[in-house]
Amino acid sequence: MNIPNDLYYTENHEWISIEGKEAVVGITEHAQEELGDIVFVELPSVEEELDQFEEFGVIESVKAVSDVFMPVSGIVVEVNDDLMDEPEKINEDPFGSGWLIKVEFKDKGELDELMDSTEYEAFLEEE
Amino acid sequence: MKKTALYDAHLDLDAKIIDFGGWEMPVQYSSIIEEHKAVRNQAGIFDVSHMGEIMISGKQAKDLVQRLITNNAAKLTKGQIVYTPICYEDGGIVDDLLVYKLDIDKFLLVVNASNTTKDLRWVKKNAEVFEDVKVEDKTDYYSLIALQGPISREIINPLLEDDISDLKFYNFINTNIAGVEAIVSRTGYTGELGFEIYLDSENAVEVWEALIEEGKDKGLKPAGLGARDTLRLEKALCLYGNDIDESTNPLEAGLGWTVKFDKDGFNGKEKLEQIKEEGIQKKLVGFIMSERGIPRHGYEIVIDNEVVGEVTSGSYSPTLDENIGMAYIDKEYVKKDTEIKIRIRKREVKARIVETPFI
Repeated sequence: MNIPNDLYYTENHEWISIEGKEAVVGITEHAQEELGDIVFVELPSVEEELDQFEEFGVIESVKAVSDVFMPVSGIVVEVNDDLMDEPEKINEDPFGSGWLIKVEFKDKGELDELMDSTEYEAFLEEE
Repeated sequence: MKKTALYDAHLDLDAKIIDFGGWEMPVQYSSIIEEHKAVRNQAGIFDVSHMGEIMISGKQAKDLVQRLITNNAAKLTKGQIVYTPICYEDGGIVDDLLVYKLDIDKFLLVVNASNTTKDLRWVKKNAEVFEDVKVEDKTDYYSLIALQGPISREIINPLLEDDISDLKFYNFINTNIAGVEAIVSRTGYTGELGFEIYLDSENAVEVWEALIEEGKDKGLKPAGLGARDTLRLEKALCLYGNDIDESTNPLEAGLGWTVKFDKDGFNGKEKLEQIKEEGIQKKLVGFIMSERGIPRHGYEIVIDNEVVGEVTSGSYSPTLDENIGMAYIDKEYVKKDTEIKIRIRKREVKARIVETPFI
């Protein structure tokens, strides 16, 4: 199972990567595998302000509907529009071209409530 | 939780297992979309051993069957099958099933897994007034393998003792497959050419493996319940628990062709006659989304801010690359090309009524 070690993870299987004040959010390899073929994505609009752990979108596979939640609070600065026509990118490359949104975040302290890759790996094993 | 005889074979194939009606069943192996496309273009092999089998035998077996079903089994000859709902007196659907005429006084009912216990109780209750009839649950005895897809005949034929090139839709034969006794019927739930193989559970693994071996270079794929659902939806075949249940009747479900009013005394006949005379209130229709969104079971249908129906089944359609669904809609709005809206979460998303099957 691919679990990049430079990311932070949530218990709901989102990942977040930090670059300065910006962060990219997606779902993990494990999450896309559990969902199966992803066929629909609903994401927020740019400039929407969201709280940590607030629901920000929906990902649907053939069989399942799954909400996605914000790993940190922030303002949406970019949305991966490619996913509207090619939601399967999340299956193919969940940590790369299958990213969901970019956010500008303020409180680095919120990262303390997330898991690093070692903790996430242990979390998956327990689940 | 119950397991089919093929459970370990599914694990070997890396299947994702889910609970379905109390059974641990494979929902997918590789990908629902890939499996779906394999069935439409080549072939897929399904374990549907969770389906229930109820044997009715004895001199009055036919009379009991005729009382239970809305369709007519009187004209069946040995080797023929009929699809039918069975109804309560109020016209509500107990289950939809297949009746196999095994012999002059022997019928096999093949029922939905989630209804097996309920159906058995219902059949036994109806059997009380008949003297010479025996009702047996054969669910554990029979394993059921479905081989579906345009090349399914090429895959199954070399393994059979008898040639089935002339076997007609809804007919079966007793034969040997891979050296094992089986009932092979030309039936299925995908809308493709296909066969269903009933065999002693002890032999299930052997036959499953022989079929996979025979089909592996021809594009045969193991397919799970996920693909089974998208395949049947594209052909607008009803799924019990989704599109039909005890609160719906065959007439509004578009199954009027299975209700034979010229047949004497079957459960629900009087009520269904009355409904037919007065006219149905709602009707099961198919629709395609015109805007982005996937319809799901239970979502509301809206026209002019008024709720006029409810989605019963919905999914992404791999063949059409569109999102499709079925819904009960108030009779007055049922017309091809009518624009409807589906309430998906907080939005109302446009769709249009289409003729079914979808493909």
